[in-house]
Amino acid sequence: MAKRIDVSGLDVFYGDFKAVEDVSLTVEPRSVTAFIGPSGCGKSTLLRTLNRMHEVLPGGRVIGKVTLDDEDLYGDDVDPVAVRRIVGMVFQRPNPFPTMSIYDNVAAGLRLNGVKKKALLDDVVERSLKQANLWKEVQDRLRKPGSSLSGGQQQRLCIARAVAVEPAVLLMDEPCSALDPISTLAIEDLVQELKERYTIIIVTHNMQQAARVSDRTAFFTIAGAGKPGRLVEIGDTAEVFSRPTEKATEDYITGRFG
Amino acid sequence: MATATIEAPASGPGSVHSSLHRSARSRKARDRLATLVVLLCLLLAMIPLAWILWTVLSRGAGLLGDAHWWTNSQRGITARRVGGGAYHAIVGTLLMALVTAVISVPIALGTAIYLVEYGRGTFARAVTFMVDVLTGIPSIVAALFVYALWVTTFGFQRVAFAVSLALVLLMIPVVVRSTEEMLRLVPRDLREASYALGVPRWKTIVKVVLPTAFSGIVTGIMLGLARVMGETAPLLILGPYTTSINMNIFHGNMAALPTFINQDRNQALQPALDRVWSAALTLIIIVMVLSLAGRAVSRLGSVKK
Repeated sequence: MAKRIDVSGLDVFYGDFKAVEDVSLTVEPRSVTAFIGPSGCGKSTLLRTLNRMHEVLPGGRVIGKVTLDDEDLYGDDVDPVAVRRIVGMVFQRPNPFPTMSIYDNVAAGLRLNGVKKKALLDDVVERSLKQANLWKEVQDRLRKPGSSLSGGQQQRLCIARAVAVEPAVLLMDEPCSALDPISTLAIEDLVQELKERYTIIIVTHNMQQAARVSDRTAFFTIAGAGKPGRLVEIGDTAEVFSRPTEKATEDYITGRFG
Repeated sequence: MATATIEAPASGPGSVHSSLHRSARSRKARDRLATLVVLLCLLLAMIPLAWILWTVLSRGAGLLGDAHWWTNSQRGITARRVGGGAYHAIVGTLLMALVTAVISVPIALGTAIYLVEYGRGTFARAVTFMVDVLTGIPSIVAALFVYALWVTTFGFQRVAFAVSLALVLLMIPVVVRSTEEMLRLVPRDLREASYALGVPRWKTIVKVVLPTAFSGIVTGIMLGLARVMGETAPLLILGPYTTSINMNIFHGNMAALPTFINQDRNQALQPALDRVWSAALTLIIIVMVLSLAGRAVSRLGSVKK
């Protein structure tokens, strides 16, 4: 089910402010691509355009093209809600629905889209929690509130919730930045397993993490405050980290700036 | 405090220690003073509240123990006679409050949801402004407005439903305001988490945002109800008092606790005055029971810890 993403000539705006300029890149199915770069370089903004989440913010709009297996995500008759069913997202801070139990959180995507069959939901909840490596820890307390879990467990719950609707692509916006190293490791292992099924893009500030989990790495930067972010280079992670083609990338990954 | 820390190094290495102590001492003193002032303010605010409660309780509790108070009306009871009950007024107050809530809660929730989730630009600002204006309208103005509409323009009788219409004008802004604040407290993260699952916006509002804000919304509705149940001006203008029981909101006079109080207050006779205090206590108890019930309800669907 994993799909290939093509971005070409994409500009991203907040109102009149251009946050990202002229990005073109390709993300292959069943791979992990890391977006790295200094704060404010537009990597999260770009990520949010890939499931049309950017436009829920006032003034959010794009110019350019994003295709998912040759289907234009920004086509005239494309429903953003439908796009988000195919392109799932995991956020920076774990955000389980506070009024729902663990079970209900995982089932939320299907239930809110009209699935009512108990047996089907049971299956999906179990399968998704297993995929998120959380099943063993929560199987005997599925009716407890999602907020009763630890931060790392909550984040895996959010991953389970995202994969429950069987997206083709999973976008992860700094999914470990609010977690301790052990939980981070659990999520990183999970990303390795999930890439068998999904196309994954992960935004991270942690370059070791990018090196550990990703097959390809895209490096973004900005020329200065108020200027749009740009894609500097994208390539195989090993290449980008050992032999970056651009000076800016080398400076960043060796810690000379950013 | 900040200046003391900045000055410390300038006074030489030997005195750093003592200056640190000085600033700690003065901070503690100020802390104690501030705590004292705040406590005094609290006491000052509590005195009238405790006083009112005590006065109403001590003078009004007498009749409440009698079952007749809760089951009988004042029909045929004159000011010089002991007896009768507040049933007619309790029923009237609850009926009018119910009708008011049924009309104003959907309107107020809809307005608040519009303002928080959809409202942008001039129209939303205009709505906010109108709600502000409505908040400041004296109850007698709301009552006279409904009188002009209901009685003068349409030529209808003064009935309980007209009272409820006036109360609606007073309840809507209270509920809009509180609901708006509660909806704004729901983190954007939760809305986005729902969008990211491919859930449309309206369903996100109904299934994620409203349940998360549920307990706060219920509290706001209860506050609004408490406010309108004590309102007297709309009753004086639109809801003439009667000593009998009336359950028809569209026909005839209907009693309410505030008009019951107002009626017997005018009598300089002890049996009537006793009933005034008891009616006041009854109103306080009803509001309290409703708030507690609201809390219980809100706990059912609230954020789980």
